[in-house]
Amino acid sequence: MPDPDDLNPPEHAQVEPSERLDLVGVGEWKRVSPKYVLVEIVGTILFGVVVCGGASLLWLLLDATWALWVGIAVLLMTIINLVFEPRRVRSIGYLLREDDLLFRRGILFQRFVAVPYGRMQLIDITRGPVARWLGLADLKFVTAAATAGVSIPGLPEADAESLRDRLVELAEIRRAGL
Amino acid sequence: MSEPAVPAPLAAPRTDHTDGQWHRLHPATPLLRGGIFMVAVLGFVIANLRERLIDLFLGEENYGGDPIDEIYQRGGTGWALLIIAGVLLVIIVAFYLSWRMHTFRINGEVVEVRSGLIFRSNRKARLDRVQGVNLARPLIPRLFGAARLDIAVAGQDGNVQLSYLGSKLADDLRRDILHLASGLRQARAPVVAADAVAPPNDPALTGDDAAPTLIGPPTAHSTLGNFAAARCNEFVASELDPDAAPPESVVRIPPGRLIGSVVLSGFTVFLLLAGIGLIVSVIAGSSGWVLVAVLPGLIGSVGYYFSRITKQLRFTIAGTADGVRVGFGLLSTSSQTLPPGRIHAIKVSQPILWRRLGWWQISINTAGHAAGASANNPTSTVLLPVGTFADVEKVLELALPGFTTDTHGALVENGMLGGRRVDVGVADFYSNAPPRAVWLRPFSWWRTGWAVSGNVALIRRGVLSRDLILIPLARMQGVSVKQGPIKRRLRLASADLLAVAGPVTASLSVIDVDEALVLFKWMSTCAVSSALADTSHRWSRAEEAPQPAADQYGATE
Repeated sequence: MPDPDDLNPPEHAQVEPSERLDLVGVGEWKRVSPKYVLVEIVGTILFGVVVCGGASLLWLLLDATWALWVGIAVLLMTIINLVFEPRRVRSIGYLLREDDLLFRRGILFQRFVAVPYGRMQLIDITRGPVARWLGLADLKFVTAAATAGVSIPGLPEADAESLRDRLVELAEIRRAGL
Repeated sequence: MSEPAVPAPLAAPRTDHTDGQWHRLHPATPLLRGGIFMVAVLGFVIANLRERLIDLFLGEENYGGDPIDEIYQRGGTGWALLIIAGVLLVIIVAFYLSWRMHTFRINGEVVEVRSGLIFRSNRKARLDRVQGVNLARPLIPRLFGAARLDIAVAGQDGNVQLSYLGSKLADDLRRDILHLASGLRQARAPVVAADAVAPPNDPALTGDDAAPTLIGPPTAHSTLGNFAAARCNEFVASELDPDAAPPESVVRIPPGRLIGSVVLSGFTVFLLLAGIGLIVSVIAGSSGWVLVAVLPGLIGSVGYYFSRITKQLRFTIAGTADGVRVGFGLLSTSSQTLPPGRIHAIKVSQPILWRRLGWWQISINTAGHAAGASANNPTSTVLLPVGTFADVEKVLELALPGFTTDTHGALVENGMLGGRRVDVGVADFYSNAPPRAVWLRPFSWWRTGWAVSGNVALIRRGVLSRDLILIPLARMQGVSVKQGPIKRRLRLASADLLAVAGPVTASLSVIDVDEALVLFKWMSTCAVSSALADTSHRWSRAEEAPQPAADQYGATE
């Protein structure tokens, strides 16, 4: 029984026409650390608590009924988010190909990006408070493009640093200007 | 690349300013860079506050009459003159020092500017990273015979400004900077140049001696009459140096068409709606405050039209050996040179109001003006303000050299006019969105498609405003495909070609899922291979290479 979230589906999956956007036969996707789920969960809960708290304050103090409905809606969304969090984190994947970096994320809203190494302008490594506690880091691959190309969250710190060095090295070989 | 720090002799250096030594700018620079404004403000303040100033210094409340009379009567004339002389001296010394400290130097590698008296600043731009050179002549400096040279490098605020220089010097310096940046180290012999596919008006062909010296350098005037005549000539001539810039533009925009294009814009529609709303509200019997609130805006819009039109009048675009040269402006002129390979994305578009007249506009993304239209470069992202179909073809030829075969022409025509439907009468070469995309794009689904040809990706889209987007693959920063739940039900996806920031975004909103994957694979491989083959950062090197086809993308070092 294949896992529906498996990033690397068996080859026969491509035979039947699928509705899903899926790159097949590109290679083995690398996943981010499973611990990254915690970071996402903490973020979601914090957001939910703040919004629900604000809404209930409005409801209790100003007697605004609409705030109650907003609060309930946000609460529901937060719970649904929390349920899907592990799957969403499992859907994040990256892949170092010969000449470019592939990145994917999302289950409901899927996104695939390919950025040639030669286009790298700089690499950012950032650590949030929760991520630092778990020993994780986010890596951002910045190009000259208007929209951020690739940002890989939840890498173990050592991995993030070695990946950064590897990417810088690859970009140095394939430097292509702007 | 290991180039010597000291530049080897150039083909024909026009100026002695590219020798790597520090040079000063035009002596009137401090005045032109806001000095006039400062003096005017000072005069205004003194004129309005002179009574108060006298109070402050003499400590007397009532002296009656004119302060100047009062000073005279009290015998303070000497002091007053001394103070005025002192203030003038301070201003002159400050101007002189700021001029002394504002220096620039140019060598084979960099352009560098130092300025500032108390807060020193130092800006350096690598010549092989130059994204464009802009020669601007704002109205007042233009009257003084001065010009500003902007050397744009990538980044939000990545300009090195040489302001101000003498007009002639600025022209020559632009040519020298472009030559240095092109990586040209030796004079191209006429024989070689004749073989090359360089445009016939290549400066190297005509040679340096051919430069007509109709207008002497600004410092060479002997009499006031000569000076005035020179200013007058400069003011009329859009390009001072017919050798450095071929005088003929490939496109001519009649003033009538330009005015029409500005009038037939979205702003006019907004204005009309506002006017109708105003009339309705007056008829409905509302009080006068609406009129008071709206009328100044309506009057102000006249100024908007005027500035739009004067900025774009006298538009010229021409190909030179060092790239595309775009000039515009009636009162303040600007002439921008975009070296080959600096255009990251091109959009050919036609708003619906222009359709009957068959007019098109071309805008571009360059890395130099990533922030879009700034106050200094108002129209730098426009490659053609308004033009016919034939004009578009000519401009695209300049912007994308090597994209000129019949197939390419057909692709462009298709992208502008055609679509999936056959009744348009143009054959279709694009990979189109499937008919089920009608659920998401009820009007434009049949025009949504993409194609790749000769290192250029094309995206066709839009019905209300017809758009054709061309992206040189060698400049593409990446590719992404996306799918949400609704598109998944319809077996659709969307795709984005990532390019630098600017007015053009290359996104394809609906596309078949399998097509999206094909596009993704195709683009990601093409982007890498085109980028590796690209040598346009030192564009003359590619031309010097022995290949007969001097295609900027094809030639490798």
